[in-house]
Amino acid sequence: MEQDLTQYLDYVLIAMMFAVGIAVVRMRNLFAAVMLTGVYSLLSAAWFVSLDAVDVAFTEAAVGAGIGTVLMLAAMLLTAREAKETSPGRHWAALGVVVVAGGALLFAVPDMPVYGDAHSPANSGVGLDYLNETPNDIAVPNVVTAVLASYRGYDTMGETTVVFAAAVAVMLMLGMGRRRRRTGGNGAGKAKVEDQT
Amino acid sequence: MYIFNFIIALGMAGAMAIMLSRLFAGPTLYDRVLAVNSFGTKTVLFLLIFSQLVGRGDAIDIALLYALINFVATIAILKFFRYRSLEIALAQMSLRRAVDDSFGEDDEPEDQS
Repeated sequence: MEQDLTQYLDYVLIAMMFAVGIAVVRMRNLFAAVMLTGVYSLLSAAWFVSLDAVDVAFTEAAVGAGIGTVLMLAAMLLTAREAKETSPGRHWAALGVVVVAGGALLFAVPDMPVYGDAHSPANSGVGLDYLNETPNDIAVPNVVTAVLASYRGYDTMGETTVVFAAAVAVMLMLGMGRRRRRTGGNGAGKAKVEDQT
Repeated sequence: MYIFNFIIALGMAGAMAIMLSRLFAGPTLYDRVLAVNSFGTKTVLFLLIFSQLVGRGDAIDIALLYALINFVATIAILKFFRYRSLEIALAQMSLRRAVDDSFGEDDEPEDQS
């Protein structure tokens, strides 16, 4: 009974994500598209919470909705405000690739176990072992957290290091944090924009 | 009680959908900023009700993080459009002359032609 009802909330969230995805593609106003990508990651993080993957939701909220939106805005300020109209005839090759890839994914769907199947590979074999042993081994109530932060803790630490190094490198390349001379009232961003042109 | 929480969560999702429609349609920048902010607030409430629904407390942490990120992101967006940069400290913002006053008007000359 309980599982059934939260499942409907999942459907509602996924439907909203679908609508947002369509709208991002159709939107000509780039600012609205940036806002919608932020909303998309907010929605997907809420969906992750309802799937009980709290850590993934944390990451998605912090990176997708927080940093990602601001970085996309920064990129958008260096370009135009509106996307150019493109002629619809130019994208047949891309459409073909998408149709083939999507068809392959849909072809693979019937092989997947039914949602909530007790005999799926995740619910039998080694997955069951993790579910049983996590309270004794780690005593973290959330199994996803336990796997992410303890069973594969070194992997997560390596990922964090790589992401941190990449962020530092990007910041150094973009010149963020560079000390500049105090000029008059002219904004720093304006000077940057003029450098670009 | 479970059904009651579920209905509230569904209503909250409906409110999120209404905010989405404003976000899709909203003609000006500020409509969209307000819609995103309100959408984030509704997501926070949705997560709180969801944690009540399933009886897990850890969704409350996510809801708190959302509230913080939502606030900071709104401030960042507005600051970006007012000052064209994130490098200006908040304390200096009132002293600086704004680069332009609003987003919609023609601000910088576009040399792309």
